[in-house]
Amino acid sequence: MRYIEPHAHMVSRTTDDYMAMATSGCQAICEPSFWAGFDRSSVDGFYDYFRQLTDYEPKRAAKFGLAHYCWLCLNPKEAEDVKLADEVLGIIPEFLNRPSVLGIGEIGLNKNSRNELAVFEKHVDLAARHEQLILIHTPHLEDKLKGTRLIIDALQADGRVVPERVIIDHVEEHTIQLVLDAGFWAGMTLYPESKCTAARAADMVEMFGSERLWMNSACDWGVSVPLAVPRAALEMRQRGHTAEAVDKMIYGNPAKFLSQSKNFKVERL
Amino acid sequence: MKREQVVDLYFMEARAKLIDLAAFLDRVDRAPGLDDFRMAAFRQALQELPAGNPDRAKRVLLGLSDPTTAPLAAATTKGACGAWPGSK
Repeated sequence: MRYIEPHAHMVSRTTDDYMAMATSGCQAICEPSFWAGFDRSSVDGFYDYFRQLTDYEPKRAAKFGLAHYCWLCLNPKEAEDVKLADEVLGIIPEFLNRPSVLGIGEIGLNKNSRNELAVFEKHVDLAARHEQLILIHTPHLEDKLKGTRLIIDALQADGRVVPERVIIDHVEEHTIQLVLDAGFWAGMTLYPESKCTAARAADMVEMFGSERLWMNSACDWGVSVPLAVPRAALEMRQRGHTAEAVDKMIYGNPAKFLSQSKNFKVERL
Repeated sequence: MKREQVVDLYFMEARAKLIDLAAFLDRVDRAPGLDDFRMAAFRQALQELPAGNPDRAKRVLLGLSDPTTAPLAAATTKGACGAWPGSK
């Protein structure tokens, strides 16, 4: 089995996790910029974080034979501070030409506030001006439905946005149809408690089809499972999905979306 | 999969979750005090389970969601609690 982990926060994980992923068939890992668990105190914290994502972490992954790519942004959890967000937006272009950068992400909303929405729109503008792919985080739990609607409205209001170049992540049963019907890609995040389980992800594949859909672990410093994607693959096989269908979900689909970035080099189906 | 295969694969897991859910409700009911908005929304969402609709998961999620459309004036917290406070 081979797979791509399209969403993992490896700076929070151990070398044991890299080893487990590599020996489970992982071919490449994509790491969106993330909240550190606390608010960074200045733009300098982001500068160093982007250096870590574009320089150090690819070297750490390479020790296990894994390609490492990243997405850059200020996470929506820190977007209430618009002045800081503007400063961070100002340094991102300096990193966009680095060879492992895939685009702008994970941007989006957290509590669906006006400032979060304004900062989201500024990130979308940045992505459009630099012709970057976009990876979007949708809010948690009770905030997800409203946030997904606000995000789709904002994207559709910007005429430069090409839906096929945008993935809206963390969909669940009440948001997946909204995302797919609008022409965007959808990501299912496999978490033990929140977001969705492997069984529910397989349900959604069966109900909505496998076009413009991927699965990820979004493993980070919280309760999460770095091997969630291969475990979901096992779940699909137990339910009778063919090896080819599983390969499409966990390798072919992410490769297809990510290959829209000139920097993504993993072999496509 | 045929229905029997689905049940073969998932029954024991669902059975365990059902008992856990029942035990949770018993635990809440034994504890002194009143339900807050989360439990009110939870009990309302439970009403979706016996219905014959094919989209129970979606309906439960919708029942626990903020149905409003206007952005908040400001984010005063980073976390989510799993139910919308306005649903009480």
